[in-house]
Amino acid sequence: MLHIINKSPLDRPTLDSLLRMGQSGAVLLIEDAVLAATQGHAAAEKLRALMTKMQVFALAPDLEARGVSDRLIDGVTGVDYGGFVDLVAEHPNCQSWL
Amino acid sequence: MTTKKFMFVNRKAPYGSIYALESLEVVLITAAFDQDVSLAFVDDGVYQLKKGCQTKAIETKNFSPTYRALDGYDIEKLYVEKESLEARGLTEDDLLVDVTVLDSQSMGALMEEQDVVLSF
Amino acid sequence: MPNIEVNGKSIEVDEEGYLVNLSDWSEDVANHIAQVENLSMSESHWEVVNFLRDYYEEFQIAPAVRVLTKAIGKKLGADKGNSTYLYELFPYGPAKQACKIGGLPKPTGCV
Repeated sequence: MLHIINKSPLDRPTLDSLLRMGQSGAVLLIEDAVLAATQGHAAAEKLRALMTKMQVFALAPDLEARGVSDRLIDGVTGVDYGGFVDLVAEHPNCQSWL
Repeated sequence: MTTKKFMFVNRKAPYGSIYALESLEVVLITAAFDQDVSLAFVDDGVYQLKKGCQTKAIETKNFSPTYRALDGYDIEKLYVEKESLEARGLTEDDLLVDVTVLDSQSMGALMEEQDVVLSF
Repeated sequence: MPNIEVNGKSIEVDEEGYLVNLSDWSEDVANHIAQVENLSMSESHWEVVNFLRDYYEEFQIAPAVRVLTKAIGKKLGADKGNSTYLYELFPYGPAKQACKIGGLPKPTGCV
């Protein structure tokens, strides 16, 4: 399953929920959720824990808009809108966590 | 006219929701009233002042440069909470305007001093 | 949306005559809008319009009149940084009229 997260990790507990319930597949961070994947961020550790069972992606245009493209943590892959579409197509189902 | 102390508290990251831009517009409009205005940036609000935002790819207007215009509107009291920066791996050098960094206690005390607090 | 016709090209404007797309602006467009506003563009008019366009480029907003007046005084001298001078050039409001001619949106907070 592809999990899409769009809200800031310090605003909603979605990463914790996903750490508990997430099984396999991939996580795509978009909009304010991309902030979790930045160096020094309090949520970066949770993301690293998540990486042990899932691949983690972040939408590059949203990283750029927030001025954080240059501080993406290791293990997270940046994708463009085409990559977003590919991820949705590659997975049998997806969940948008609001 | 008596001057009142107004504080705008910004707690949301820019571009993911409309709060940051709405707050900025209200600040610019109310600057005409010559009050004692302070802006506080706490929690994800600190990202509003992050340098290097490029919004072309998300097809959204980049309003980050507008924070630099605040000085010309005589809005010079910008406060950022230290703990909020730290939790996000940011430092004062990552910010695009001059600010005063306060610890949580000082920020809280400053809030207490206000006549009016508007939260975004 | 209404349109204006400049050099055979149709350009979209809003109900109050402000350009919808900043990129449609040219000096000919400026002269056309000025004409509609009953203004003839002198060097002094251009000075203010260009100043506003530079300000917009830098800060991504059109400044309030008070801010414009102060900023012009700083850049072009105190004899120009006062509302009497600016209203003589743009009788219906320097920010409003000069922004429209400069192809910029209406100043924030301007009704």
